[in-house]
Amino acid sequence: MTDEIRVIPPAHDPDDVWFWEGVREGRLLLQACADCGVVRHPPLPMCGACHSTDWTTRESAGVGTVHSWIVSVPPGAPSGPGRIVVLVDLADGVRFVANLVDTPVTTVANGMAVRLEFRDCGGTVLPQFVPADPTADGGVA
Amino acid sequence: MSARPAFAGTTVIAGIGHTEYSKDSGRSELQLAAEAARAAIADAGLTPADVDGLVTFTQDANDELLLMRALGIPEVRFLSRTPNGGAGAYGTIQHAAAAVAAGAAETVLVYRAFNERSGRRFGQPNQRVTPPGWNWYLPFGLDTPAKTYALAFQRYMHRYGLTNEDFGRYSVVARRHAATNPDAWFFGRPITLAEHQESRWIVEPILRLLDCCQESDGGVALIVTRSERAHDLPHPGVTIAAASVDHLVEGSVMHNYYHHDLAEFPEAAALGRRLYDQAGLTAADVDAAMLYENFSPVVFLQLEAFGFCGPGEARDFIADGHIDLDGSLPVNTHGGLLGEAYIHGVNNVLEAVRQLRGTAANQLADPERILVAGGSSGLILEAVR
Ligand SMILES: [Zn+2]
Repeated sequence: MTDEIRVIPPAHDPDDVWFWEGVREGRLLLQACADCGVVRHPPLPMCGACHSTDWTTRESAGVGTVHSWIVSVPPGAPSGPGRIVVLVDLADGVRFVANLVDTPVTTVANGMAVRLEFRDCGGTVLPQFVPADPTADGGVA
Repeated sequence: MSARPAFAGTTVIAGIGHTEYSKDSGRSELQLAAEAARAAIADAGLTPADVDGLVTFTQDANDELLLMRALGIPEVRFLSRTPNGGAGAYGTIQHAAAAVAAGAAETVLVYRAFNERSGRRFGQPNQRVTPPGWNWYLPFGLDTPAKTYALAFQRYMHRYGLTNEDFGRYSVVARRHAATNPDAWFFGRPITLAEHQESRWIVEPILRLLDCCQESDGGVALIVTRSERAHDLPHPGVTIAAASVDHLVEGSVMHNYYHHDLAEFPEAAALGRRLYDQAGLTAADVDAAMLYENFSPVVFLQLEAFGFCGPGEARDFIADGHIDLDGSLPVNTHGGLLGEAYIHGVNNVLEAVRQLRGTAANQLADPERILVAGGSSGLILEAVR
């Protein structure tokens, strides 16, 4: 199903180039202030808590829960395969937009536990999520 | 009352003007702006030579100096633009009023004009990422405003157990108000809840087509000046009792995903507190509201944030008829952006002015105070008696 999906690839942005390098290495990197340690997402060039411009990256544990979700139907192909877009409350303490895959739409629920996987989506590798417990109701399709 | 800025209660909207609202104006955006401005200046009983300030949106394509030439305005001494599209729509009035109260200008023309249906359509899918910031959304399929907003609306529906039919009850009201407003694109075309429920899904199960604002061509304009000056003008004007733009850290206009609870609208709640403080009022003092609705759920979130009903109560508030013309808080009496037209929310200000003058198509019985808001920017306008 993923090979039918047309993905708009990320564009070059000097403030997040490190994130996409991490994705290519199979790691979900989050930005953390080098001075006060606050993890922030989306990333910024300065820490709003202490004004430091020094930051480091922290690899996400890749687990969290679904805060909200929609089905994104591709433009111009309303009967085509939809992508489940999720807001994930990461255990790292930040909220992150991604997709939920291998999950029937009828089983998606706010609060469900999910875990990170990297998938090739129409030629673009993206961080995606799958149900944390594939044996739970609604597991792998 | 310490929060009262100099412009609150000392400035007025003295004139309003607009073009027809259509899907294909057949003329340039500059012409729409000039026609709306010409009408607003005439409505105020002024001449172009009286205008010495101009305010519009950062997104407006109409150059101030070209508009000056088109109108024959000989000289201006104040220009300003406000960010954030429709969410910042009412910041234009705040800028104009603040400039007037500070003496930076005497008479400010506020305008917004576009061919948003026949030209560039905001609702069409994005084709590529535009940095900065969009890498976090577009690659994951949030390629339209409907999807982008729906991701937050879902949390509101989940929290309070709403269905799309609940949102449809607002759309029915908006279209009923538009049906008796000759300026509205949907004049004479009310809808039933069943028709709403038969319209196609845009983001299932959250938004249907009839939950979405229109795409419109048109121009609107208005004149802001000092209250004292307006005494000599044909219309007494409506007083700008409050005007504010409120944003909170971690907020976002389009991707407002990072506050703790997405079933609330904290920017609107902050805005409401600010507006009531400035005007020395409470929600109970407001006679009607013009609420920006790019999508119907935004009305629900704003009704709750501004204190017209409690959290999660907007569904019953609307179903029980409170926002109807004969309700306790009539909302979008012209049909709003769903029913009248999408002129980026500025047409809602014109409706508030008409209601307070007593000249609206769906005239309420002597409203005295109207709240006009778009989530993070808003006004309270008061009738001059
Ligand atoms: Zn810091």
